[in-house]
Amino acid sequence: MRRLAAPAAVAVLLLAAWQALVVVGRVASYVLPSPLAIVGALREVGAPVLEAARASGTNALVGLVAGSLLALAAASLAARVRALDEVLTPLAAASGALPIVALAPIFATMFGATSSLPRRLVVTLVVFLPVFVNALRGLRQVDPVHAELMRSYAAGGWATVRAVRLPGALPHVFTGLRLAASTSVIAAVVAEYFGGLQDGLGSRITSAASNSAYPRAWAYVTAACALGLLFYAGAVALERVATPWRRVPVHR
Amino acid sequence: MSSSTAVPAAPMVAVRALTQRFATAAGPVTALDGVDLTIERGRFVSLIGPSGCGKSTLLRVVGDLVTPTSGEVLVGGKTAAQARRDQDYGIAFQSAGLLEWRTVARNVELPLELHGVGRRERRARALDLLELVGLGDVAGARPSQLSGGMQQRVAIARALAESPSLLLMDEPFGALDEMTRERLQDELLRVAAAAGTTVLFVTHSIPEAVYLSDRVVVMSARPGRVAAVVDVDLPRGAGTDVREAPEFFARVTDVREALRGAPVRTGASA
Repeated sequence: MRRLAAPAAVAVLLLAAWQALVVVGRVASYVLPSPLAIVGALREVGAPVLEAARASGTNALVGLVAGSLLALAAASLAARVRALDEVLTPLAAASGALPIVALAPIFATMFGATSSLPRRLVVTLVVFLPVFVNALRGLRQVDPVHAELMRSYAAGGWATVRAVRLPGALPHVFTGLRLAASTSVIAAVVAEYFGGLQDGLGSRITSAASNSAYPRAWAYVTAACALGLLFYAGAVALERVATPWRRVPVHR
Repeated sequence: MSSSTAVPAAPMVAVRALTQRFATAAGPVTALDGVDLTIERGRFVSLIGPSGCGKSTLLRVVGDLVTPTSGEVLVGGKTAAQARRDQDYGIAFQSAGLLEWRTVARNVELPLELHGVGRRERRARALDLLELVGLGDVAGARPSQLSGGMQQRVAIARALAESPSLLLMDEPFGALDEMTRERLQDELLRVAAAAGTTVLFVTHSIPEAVYLSDRVVVMSARPGRVAAVVDVDLPRGAGTDVREAPEFFARVTDVREALRGAPVRTGASA
């Protein structure tokens, strides 16, 4: 709780300063609405915010799970088979240079504008890279003492993977997953800017903005931010459950 | 060659004309040059020498963690590779090398688990061993919760898990403070004597080598050769009585002079 107190206090201060700036400086609401105006808009919109958030959240979650599973499978293969590593790693790096979100309209043409698949595919591709890179790094790093120990036990490749490589790689995998979690929400939201099915937060933001309903646009942005935080918190919670040994007090 | 495998009379370790070269960026390096070493069963033998004399390499060759360039290595009459597959030896390094994601007990169980020992049996064995090294009460703790000395004791318990006939130890107490080190030395002697285990022990501490060993093998700087062999005949594990005895200091002096390259007068015969 104490770790949350300081950032929460800073956030409250920043919001208060924002409110003061808008009120005292008489900033027009189309330039920057005040936090209170945004909260008001959130209340006014009501249930549709939740519906749009649920649509975007589902897209992000499906893409996040699919992208992570693909990345973990690819990283496991690349860690075991050198030739695959040489093929996959440059491809993964190249995919980092792709404007993946901009592929949304192409996918919409491929799979139809009434399908949720284009946005989920975008998220899958966006998620793949951070998870793949981090998981592969974790799988490659083995403590030399552990490697010698496993050799002295005459342990086979698969036994070594299970006993040493996988658990050792978990912290790296979760670094990738934490990065991917909030990115997946951003990708799911922004992919809607480029057409396709319009039932998520992204389309609500663009339509509110084009109607000059700026507090409402900001209300949806706030919802997207909350959704991203929720995903991040989920990844952190999963990490705590999966790596209990990293939570014990360290001997000093 | 079936007549020569696993002959009870075969020495625990027999190294003949062992040479080990490594390719490095600066060209080939000869780490070991024509090393002969015989260790009878139940003996405690230390390897001592300056840094880079190849003592760790020699230990790793005996353990089949490194394949020698030339020469012969027999462990209990078998090839080193066969001995490794048969799990004839336990090993402990300077770094305890515990798996941080396993509890202390499950670390000790690791070799048993890898070799298919049942859950209940290996847990019982692990708890016995932890009791033996005085850690019965931390079986459920995580390695990161233990001090360096306690972690090293867990590593020793793990090395003993499969009742090895040979214990290979590479500076296992090197990172510990003097008090902990002396306590663990006595513990190791007690445990090894109780099980009749042969020990090959690498160290850079002269008193440690003399206190622990029946025989101290002094190696020369690169290329590593056996420079001298100092036999020690002191009561094992007698603690302060031995550590402060004149005979103890005499053997320490012998080893020190051998390290300096002076001829050793005491028996290099047995």
